[in-house]
Amino acid sequence: MQNPYLPYPVRIDDIEIATEDKSLKTFKFVFLNKEDEEKFSYKAGQFGELSVPGKGEIPIGIASSPVEKGFVMFTVNKAGVVTTHLHNMKVGDVMGIRGPLGNWYPWEQLEGKNILIVGGGFAFTTLRSSIVYMLDPANRSKFGTIDVVYGARNPGMLLYKNELIEWEKRDDINMHITVDGTTDPDWKYNVGFVPPVTEAKAPKGDENTYAIVCGPPIMIKFTQPVLEKLGYTHDKIIMSLENRMKCGFGMCGRCGIGKELVCKDGPVFTLDQLNRTPREY
Amino acid sequence: MKVIKIDKKHWAGGIEKSRSAYRLFGPVMVENKDFSDFEELNAGEMPDMTATDTRTSPKSICFPPEEVMMEYSTDETRDDCNLMRVPVKDYSPRAVIGIRPYDAAAYLIVKKNFDTPEYRDPYWCDAYAACTFIGLAVNEPSRLDFSTSTNSGPFDESGLDVLLVDMGGHYFAKVITEKGAAYLKAAGWEEAAGDGAEQQIEELKVKAERMIQTTISFDRIKEKSIMELHGADFWDDAAFACINCGTCTYVCPTCWCFDIQDETKGKSGVRIKAWDSCMYPLFTIHTTGHNPRETKVHRVRQRFMHKLKYYMDKYEDGIMCVGCGRCVRSCPVNIDIRRVCQSMNG
Ligand SMILES: Cc1cc2nc3c(=O)[nH]c(=O)nc-3n(C[C@H](O)[C@H](O)[C@H](O)COP(=O)(O)OP(=O)(O)OC[C@H]3O[C@@H](n4cnc5c(N)ncnc54)[C@H](O)[C@@H]3O)c2cc1C
Ligand code: SF4
Ligand code: SF4
Ligand code: FES
Repeated sequence: MQNPYLPYPVRIDDIEIATEDKSLKTFKFVFLNKEDEEKFSYKAGQFGELSVPGKGEIPIGIASSPVEKGFVMFTVNKAGVVTTHLHNMKVGDVMGIRGPLGNWYPWEQLEGKNILIVGGGFAFTTLRSSIVYMLDPANRSKFGTIDVVYGARNPGMLLYKNELIEWEKRDDINMHITVDGTTDPDWKYNVGFVPPVTEAKAPKGDENTYAIVCGPPIMIKFTQPVLEKLGYTHDKIIMSLENRMKCGFGMCGRCGIGKELVCKDGPVFTLDQLNRTPREY
Repeated sequence: MKVIKIDKKHWAGGIEKSRSAYRLFGPVMVENKDFSDFEELNAGEMPDMTATDTRTSPKSICFPPEEVMMEYSTDETRDDCNLMRVPVKDYSPRAVIGIRPYDAAAYLIVKKNFDTPEYRDPYWCDAYAACTFIGLAVNEPSRLDFSTSTNSGPFDESGLDVLLVDMGGHYFAKVITEKGAAYLKAAGWEEAAGDGAEQQIEELKVKAERMIQTTISFDRIKEKSIMELHGADFWDDAAFACINCGTCTYVCPTCWCFDIQDETKGKSGVRIKAWDSCMYPLFTIHTTGHNPRETKVHRVRQRFMHKLKYYMDKYEDGIMCVGCGRCVRSCPVNIDIRRVCQSMNG
């Protein structure tokens, strides 16, 4: 078994500013050793530890999709020590990645089902990974309807805007993009918070429909009653948690909520599972 | 089971002889202090077999308070700039002399964390594999020892390779594993104890177990749900005096939580693994400032819930405590796990 603390060496291949206020950047990495890419094979919903020698490591959801080859992609919000340093790094710089870590959205169980994705702010990274995965020609027929409610403060804060516009044009995915507010007179999508847009646009919950919800705590708090009203039972509402982490594979004890370790037993849980777990996240 | 007799006249010589094949660890008095701790024994140094409990536990032999996991250079003129490398480590055989039976049992608990089907912490696991545990039975348990009610006890053999029993002028050495037999051989102790030794050991064991004054029960904790215990009304009281100093977690042989930190000097640095404690607010605080375990009551509850409930449920085992009593002895405000356990089991 390999040393799970040892990162794979990677090179920054591309950096893109992801939001207008420059608080988020999207990094594309390539593995220095080709065989490491194989070892890093992941599923949508997992995360990695980005490792900057001298600065530390940070858990970040994998934004690229298992169907995209040759690179891995992460979108990082500038927050503290490591993320700020990362924002100052350049294309060509060498650093490390550990992973893939954690569980993933339950793709085996989701096959044949209708999927509702509800995302807010920059917690859209692993949701992007999931959408790209489901829309892949090899996978699209495995799922029923796909609905996406995605909101940000204003149009400039929406991640992956080009892709969102592409998806808008397709007829095999129902996009419900929304912003809290905008001064743009040409804005042709929704205006309003995620919970009311979900209530108005999302499909009803039933035996065959699952909701995947990622966003800031406040969005989750007000989206839950909406989903309940729409008929989603708690075992069909899937969420992803963010706790402070270090090791990322269940040993350092930091991310525990009850008997679950968010890094290893999660980060993906159903609301039903979370109801039986202390709310320490 | 084979029992060897070691005349104390041959003790120092045997220890000395074993050094050619083993690195030795044992309890030693800390200079200018009135307590002992487990340390690697220097040339000529003998384990202090009279030491009652060491202040901290011997978990540090495989899980040092700070351990370098990787090294790196941030010098851009070097080919390996920003690449992590694992330094060469010494995992030659180690003999841990005079470890107490419950402290060795604690290793079996900690192993469940560091050696899992999916991941293996190579630093802990390789060090553990290098160890031979030559335990010393506790003939006279301390006032704070409650190890008999934690599935361990003063003569518990579960974590040991050899159990030494102090018989006054000699030790009996009960051989538990092949590894243990190999150590005794390397020390040159091979005199069979003869008939009656096992009987004598058994008598001392019964006597020692009878001397233990306090017990705990956790049978009802098993039946209660996590949410019921988490929401119980006694946590404010239990945590009232706690100053979150973290001592209880540092002295404990079963506490395994750690931090990972980078330490850079100039252009070279190391990534270390270092003991951490759930008693500290920094343990869980998010970068946003949000802290899921914001108050000391949350943190005290976490420590006891982890030890007495989460561990039990996760591993379908007993509790994550071997009853050594260290946390009770060291706590500056007399918080007592036995009392908290009683509340939880109520
Ligand atoms: C599963 C998961 C997925 C995530 N996905 C994303 C994502 O896709 N995009 C995104 O932007 N964010 C994501 N996050 C959040 C992200 O991990 C944090 O924002 C990030 O860790 C902040 O790191 P920082 O170094 O900038 O912050 P800081 O607060 O400076 O520190 C965090 C790290 O710095 C060190 N450190 C700093 N201060 C201390 C201290 N006092 N004690 C000990 N260590 C310290 C430690 O190494 C610590 O882990 C995710 C989190 C999780 C758990
Ligand atoms: S030793 Fe006592 S005061 Fe210190 S953190 Fe532990 S319980 Fe609290
Ligand atoms: S919790 Fe206290 S009594 Fe139990 S093993 Fe740890 S230090 Fe010893
Ligand atoms: S981050 Fe170490 S146990 Fe989860």
